[in-house]
Amino acid sequence: MVPLSWYLILSGILFSLGVLGFLLKRNIITIFMSIELMLNAVNLTFVTFANYWHTHPAVLANGDPVIPLSGQVFVFFVMVVAAAEAAVGLAIIISVYRTRETLNVDRVNLLKL
Amino acid sequence: MTKNLNLWVIPLLPLIGAAINGLLGRRFKNAMVSAVALLFTAASFGWAAWAVWTVWPGSGIALPHIETLATWITAGTFSAPFGFYLDQLSMIMVLIVTGVGFLIHIYSVGYMAHEGGYYRFFAYLNLFMFFMLTLVLANNYLLMFVGWEGVGLASYLLIGFFFLKDSAADAGKKAFIVNRIGDFAFLIGMFLIIQHFGSLNYDAVFGKIAEGHFTPEAGWGLFTAIALCLMFGATGKSAQVPLYVWLPDAMEGPTPVSALIHAATMVTAGIYMIARSHAIFNLAPHALQIVAIIGCITTIFAATMGLAQTDIKRVLAYSTVSQLGYMFLACGVAAYSAGIFHLMTHAFFKALLFLGAGSVIHAVGGEQDMRRMGGLRKLIPWTFWVVTIATIAIAGIPPFAGFFSKDEILGAVFHSPYGGPVIWAIGVLTAGLTSFYMFRLWFMTFFGELKLGGVDVGEEAHSAHAPAQAAHGAASHSHGHADDEAHGHGGVHESPWIMLAPLVILAVLSVVGGWVGVPQFMRGHNEIEHFLAPVMESPAVAGEQPAPTVRVLDTTNAPEEKPTNEEWLLADTSVAAALIGLFFAYLFYYKRPELPERITSKMHGIYTMVLHKYYVDEGYGALLVKPLLALSTVVLWRGVDQGVIDGLVNGAGTASQGVGNELRRMQSGNIRSYAAWVAIGGAAIVGYMIWLGVTR
Repeated sequence: MVPLSWYLILSGILFSLGVLGFLLKRNIITIFMSIELMLNAVNLTFVTFANYWHTHPAVLANGDPVIPLSGQVFVFFVMVVAAAEAAVGLAIIISVYRTRETLNVDRVNLLKL
Repeated sequence: MTKNLNLWVIPLLPLIGAAINGLLGRRFKNAMVSAVALLFTAASFGWAAWAVWTVWPGSGIALPHIETLATWITAGTFSAPFGFYLDQLSMIMVLIVTGVGFLIHIYSVGYMAHEGGYYRFFAYLNLFMFFMLTLVLANNYLLMFVGWEGVGLASYLLIGFFFLKDSAADAGKKAFIVNRIGDFAFLIGMFLIIQHFGSLNYDAVFGKIAEGHFTPEAGWGLFTAIALCLMFGATGKSAQVPLYVWLPDAMEGPTPVSALIHAATMVTAGIYMIARSHAIFNLAPHALQIVAIIGCITTIFAATMGLAQTDIKRVLAYSTVSQLGYMFLACGVAAYSAGIFHLMTHAFFKALLFLGAGSVIHAVGGEQDMRRMGGLRKLIPWTFWVVTIATIAIAGIPPFAGFFSKDEILGAVFHSPYGGPVIWAIGVLTAGLTSFYMFRLWFMTFFGELKLGGVDVGEEAHSAHAPAQAAHGAASHSHGHADDEAHGHGGVHESPWIMLAPLVILAVLSVVGGWVGVPQFMRGHNEIEHFLAPVMESPAVAGEQPAPTVRVLDTTNAPEEKPTNEEWLLADTSVAAALIGLFFAYLFYYKRPELPERITSKMHGIYTMVLHKYYVDEGYGALLVKPLLALSTVVLWRGVDQGVIDGLVNGAGTASQGVGNELRRMQSGNIRSYAAWVAIGGAAIVGYMIWLGVTR
């Protein structure tokens, strides 16, 4: 069985790639994809722990059992929010492109002093 | 037997008058304003007279008669009530204040008739009456202090009555500030009393002294300290050296004000306060000695300054300072009743002199320089006669009032351990000088030829007026012109009857006022001393106290035991001094008017010094005012105010501006840099959590 840490390391690598992509890329679409990457890195962590607590039942400090399913449910929530965000985000991107005729974020810098 | 006299009504009545005139008077006609002012003052006088009549010794009502209206301040064990205290001393004071005050109110109706701010004047005058009556009727030092400060305020308002004139406004400020210096000492004295007696009520304080809690070893240093503080407070209000400088300048106020506040009543508050605190002073021989010396210095110093003045009101101002010095001297030799006696007679004849001078000024159209007057004897005969009476009274020629009171003081000084022949001799010399400068005023004003507008430029330049005085002269001309226009004629004219009536009454009082104090050796009964004896014989005396106290109080009884020949000699000496003064004034200013010119040119140095009032004002200016001003400007204003306080306020503004200026650089508009900040923040949080996990 693959150890827990491997999943977490993979998730960390994915998240870092997402951050780097977000910071370094200039194209809004690519930045948007980096955000998705970070979200899914987090989803991977959720699923990993859900599985882990399923196979290693445990109790919380107050005596309640850990419910493994909650991690999986969270993943669905994240997906729903991500989908909504994608819809809004893409709409904004289209609107930006229409007005500025560019997708380079360095040139979308009017909101400053 | 006790009886409720509602003493609180006496001060309250003038306050109501002040409130009505002050708040509504602007819409009233002048007649209405004067009706209100006179009515409430007269009512106050009436009530006071009734109260005094009711409690007059022999009526069966115990004196002092104390009425407590309400508690004013309570803090811990200390409490100060709104309480009133009527004994022989405050009886005399309350009658002088309301009586002379009422006469001066009547006079003011005529004198101020053509001045602007008529309602304001009467509102202030009534306000002054309220505070002065509070001062003399209070039954504790704190309430007395309220009146004390209040009369200072009224004095300030009235000195600066012609506030458009810079010199008047400055004189008002000067009076207020100089008085504050004395008030500060008074406050310290009160704190000491609270500290050691736990109360400011007269009966409590004097009662504790009477019980003999304080032995010479344990308590006398304390008494000296309290007495010195109170005395310094009195030097401010009563215009003694070193704080007398405000009084001559206070003559900027309208003349009735000079008569009421700066001659008859307010300036005697210090004397009253010392006489009231005599129980404390009697236990502080050193303080008494200092009071006597200050009184002695003031009386001679002011008298010499009066010699060279040419402004009629300023002569009277220095004369007032000098006479107040006499009263101080009387207090200093523990002859308090003699001091109060002189206070009373002085109130009569000095008020009369000021009002007479006002009548003269009124007659000659606002002129105050005596060199421009002369020959007014025939033109304003009523004024001439009343001023003559007052002049004889102040010069100390029997049987007029001033003689008896002055003689009483000088006799006490001669026999007192705090006085002695030297101080007595100075007192007699001052009596001579007083007579000289008063008759100088009399001759210059009423005899010779009228010289209105005729003073040649050379003399004006020669006399080298102080700037304040020159400005004053100019201003008084303008007053005169206003007067002329109002009258429709500019000639010399006698004052209306409403001004003369009070003069006549005061003249009568100046003649007979002294007869209540005819000493025993002249076959009199010295009623005033016997009247005041129950107050002044401080209970502290009584046998238990060691010798020094008894010695202090001996002075009041001393004259009765001394051989009468000596008394006669002393009295004759002071009369002789007065007559010599009269003779020289006659010689210099009537018989041979060229003499003063020759003498002053020979003694030019001394004359200039006297003319400039010994450069005391200049000295205070250089020694105190300038350094204080420099300190205030450089350290307090530029340093503390502008540097520290403004610096803090402005610094807070500048700092937030600067920080904001730096922070706004973060708002670059560059999305990726925002993202970087978010990432750094996230990394910091994660790092912190890792650190938490590691260190646990």
